[in-house]
Amino acid sequence: MLAALLHQPFWVNACTRILIYALVAVSLDLIVGYGGMVSFGHAAYFAAGGYTVAVLAQHGVDAALIAWPIAMLVAGALAAIVGALSLRTSGIFFIMITLAFAQMVFFALVAVKAWGGNDGLPLDARGVLPIVDLRDPNVLYAVCLALLVAFVVVSAQLVESRFGIVLRGARRSERRLLALGFPTFRYKLVAFVIAGAGAGLAGALWAEYARFVSPDMASWSRSGEFLVMVILGGIGTLAGAVYGAAVLLGLESLLAGFTEHWMLPLGLILLAVVLFAKRGLYGWLAGTNDG
Amino acid sequence: MSLALEQLLNGLQFGVMIFLLAAGLTLVFGIMGVINLAHGSIYMLGAYVAASTASKGAPFIVAVAAGAAAAALAGLVVELVVIRRLYVRDHLDQVLATFALILIANDGVSMAWGKTPLNMTMPPALAGAVSLGGLTYPTYRLVLIAAGIAVAIGLYFLIARSRLGMLIRAGATHRETVAALGVDITRLNTIVFTLGALLAGVAGALLAPILAVQVGMGEQILILTFVAIVVGGLGSIRGAFVGALLVGLVDTLGRAYIPVLLKPVARPEIADSLGGGLSAIAIYVLMAVVLVWKPRGLFPAGTR
Repeated sequence: MLAALLHQPFWVNACTRILIYALVAVSLDLIVGYGGMVSFGHAAYFAAGGYTVAVLAQHGVDAALIAWPIAMLVAGALAAIVGALSLRTSGIFFIMITLAFAQMVFFALVAVKAWGGNDGLPLDARGVLPIVDLRDPNVLYAVCLALLVAFVVVSAQLVESRFGIVLRGARRSERRLLALGFPTFRYKLVAFVIAGAGAGLAGALWAEYARFVSPDMASWSRSGEFLVMVILGGIGTLAGAVYGAAVLLGLESLLAGFTEHWMLPLGLILLAVVLFAKRGLYGWLAGTNDG
Repeated sequence: MSLALEQLLNGLQFGVMIFLLAAGLTLVFGIMGVINLAHGSIYMLGAYVAASTASKGAPFIVAVAAGAAAAALAGLVVELVVIRRLYVRDHLDQVLATFALILIANDGVSMAWGKTPLNMTMPPALAGAVSLGGLTYPTYRLVLIAAGIAVAIGLYFLIARSRLGMLIRAGATHRETVAALGVDITRLNTIVFTLGALLAGVAGALLAPILAVQVGMGEQILILTFVAIVVGGLGSIRGAFVGALLVGLVDTLGRAYIPVLLKPVARPEIADSLGGGLSAIAIYVLMAVVLVWKPRGLFPAGTR
């Protein structure tokens, strides 16, 4: 099946898009599902990663092995700053503050004309990797797939590790963990930074895929979209986030083929999922739909 | 000097309109514990219905009333069908569900009225300008300020002096107790939500003559409204009023003066884009500063 798909650029590109968004969704699930931190500003790190690659390309750096890690570093550093300030709050305030910081990133990107401002910044060519040629859509697809799988595996290890158990414990009862002597703030911050770096990598991949970055990569509706993917797929399941990304993007394309008013049925479907399938698609598929 | 007065009044006008939205939102969140992202969509509906009613020849008051009524009705339906099921769910589910409502509303509106923005003509009686100490200021904007303050006063009497208001205040801080005392909490929730929707519709209808009535107008003002209620303190009308005015003033004055202040210290092209960027984030800086000083906002519910 995959072999057949691989010969049709349309499908390869569509799947590549899903893989990239799935990477963001998994990174978000890490902090939302396991850490209990509902961030409405995750798109900021996606944009940070993408813009890093684009700006580096603008200045002649096109080696992916240099640009992509730098993108992750930039996104991670941004997450470290935002997290250090935001994690002092919780609940609705955390949601609002993360949203606020993402808005700052968005407006900053619009304001800097050197990076294209509102019109965005195109990349002249895809990055260069040794051995493989990213200009081939199949190759880009394979690279994205490999990175997504790697990230999921690393995340899965992380949540089962001592670090992950503390993080999950903090989500259930921070007081308990603090009483046990764990500096929960530090754990949550590290998780936040890892998630940010993951989103940054996805942003870098997006810059390669689309050969274009724009400020709306950091918009709040983009952050909302990522949250929808995570919740749709089932929070706290990692794999669910991948399903969520696939379903949301798939639904959007499918419905858009029928009508230009595709948001309406999408909204209805989302509403139905939230109201009637509490554990998201993952829970539903796994056979435990408790309505 | 008259420029400063004009910006001040603009900020005030913007602020009281945000207040109309913030009041409903803060009550819904403070009392019912529900995050409602679709509040902006109800505001948008009010604007659309008002504009379209006016374009059919109805007088201004009728158009505004129609917009408000449509919004209230929409609020009622949404509460009965959707919000009611979200009280027991966590914030995440509420975010997703109300986000879905935004999608439905945006497409619903563009199916009903098309994609080109609507225009609403200002009523001729209010379309003039008033002279205020050297400044000519549009009458309509003064009317908006007056309307906003009237609503604020009306809400104050409702919340502070009526039985319903007492229940609302009690519900904001002691939800279970109110229910245990035999009050029909379900009906209270419906009333509060519908009231919030009505106010949002009024805001939409009143702003329709001076804004572009288009899909997406709800989201733009929604963020500002959330910032306002977080700054003001959740669950309190007084907080919503102060927060909304602060947001309106900071945003308006920021956009007017930050680029100007930057001019002497930076090259013109940098000052322009930096100024634009900085003024856009001014309200978020405000929110961050307030939260650092008072983590629960300036006047959270329950403070006297």
